[in-house]
Amino acid sequence: MRDFVYERPQTMAQALTLLTAGDAKVLAGGTDLIAQMREGRRSAGCLVDVKGIGELTRISMLPEGGVAIGAAASAAAVSRSAIAANYPAVAQSARLIGGVQVQNRASLGGNICNCAPSADGVPALVCHAAEARIAGPAGTRQVPLEEIFVGPGKIAIEASELLVSIVLPPPPARSAVAYLRFTPRREMDIAIAGAGTYIRLDQRGVIAEARVALASVAPTPMRAPLAEQRLVGERPTLALLEEVGRRAAHEARPISDTRGSADYRRSLVAVLTMRALGDCCGQLGIDVEATSK
Amino acid sequence: MKTLITCTVNGEERTALADTRDTLLELLRDRLGLTGAKEGCGNGNCGTCTVLVDGAAVCSCLMLAQEAPGHAIVTIEGLAKGGALHPIQQAIVEIGGTQCGFCTPGIVLSAKALLDANGLPTDAEIRHAIAGNLCRCTGYGKIVEAIHSAAATLGGR
Repeated sequence: MRDFVYERPQTMAQALTLLTAGDAKVLAGGTDLIAQMREGRRSAGCLVDVKGIGELTRISMLPEGGVAIGAAASAAAVSRSAIAANYPAVAQSARLIGGVQVQNRASLGGNICNCAPSADGVPALVCHAAEARIAGPAGTRQVPLEEIFVGPGKIAIEASELLVSIVLPPPPARSAVAYLRFTPRREMDIAIAGAGTYIRLDQRGVIAEARVALASVAPTPMRAPLAEQRLVGERPTLALLEEVGRRAAHEARPISDTRGSADYRRSLVAVLTMRALGDCCGQLGIDVEATSK
Repeated sequence: MKTLITCTVNGEERTALADTRDTLLELLRDRLGLTGAKEGCGNGNCGTCTVLVDGAAVCSCLMLAQEAPGHAIVTIEGLAKGGALHPIQQAIVEIGGTQCGFCTPGIVLSAKALLDANGLPTDAEIRHAIAGNLCRCTGYGKIVEAIHSAAATLGGR
């Protein structure tokens, strides 16, 4: 491993100065970065440890509603925080990232910026319409989270920029989010496929808004717009959820690799999407089995 | 480059001359001579390098030594008191929750972090807490049994 300078700035301005100087990488939990540097897959002349910056580690309720999750907050901090009440799927997803030892270090921001198609932290955030708050030499910008993924390991955040926080709007009334994944082993495994779903019902119990976010079935986390469109304007029934699952499977763009074939991944997407939607219905007090009769 | 690192290890302030690239595991094993934590995979999958940082179980192979100052580190060497094993260690010995022993220090520390937070864990909670610790000998049954037993000894706090 190439030698590096370790810096622990206390302010965002100091961190940005270090990043702008070049040949620097952001260190949060380090559970990906340190392993990758030791394996020679990544290298940097300077590691900028951002865990000393309050804004990056805090999980704070916003005055206008919603929450900002500091990008360096650990998965364990996210899963134990008060946001579990309003964003249960985000807290549950954080408990899927590695084992306890990894969750105690790994940050939600790192799970995003490592840009793995299988990142378990991402689909629930996308379902909540999360935005990424990014600071850089030219100021701060805020973009929809799903727009920053470019490809495996590639993200639309410049080397001179810093992911500050993930901003979640307040969950609308009569809405729910769920994320399910499939792994051959119960824990400590990478998802072969994952599906996050969001639905919002109107006063009559008709789906007014829907999001389907898939993991591990494309070069980046992806939305399934045709599946989403099929949901809007309908009352949830088992037959509808099954059909939406099939649509999502059709939209997925998986590859075959050592963990599973493309066909298998598509089959998983159909089932996981249907079950995640069923979970959302359950959270909203709807028994889809009963509505289907 | 070399750098002086000072942190609290097993209740004592320790200072060591380390390489700037050292992981916490290398600091503990190679600079401080605390070889209880093992290197298995070196990338966070096996848990043999588990130590407690401010009470939380972490993989010491995935943390830089330079991140340690200001934190309290506990290794397996810090558990026995006055020559008496910690109740978790004692239970592992009595129930046979160890065979080759390579994973045992990490398992004991994961169990300690669990029992410190949850005095009477369920089977599922124990299995979740040690999911990041691979054991290729025991099949885990006796480890889980030993952690239940230790919880009872510690009084289910």
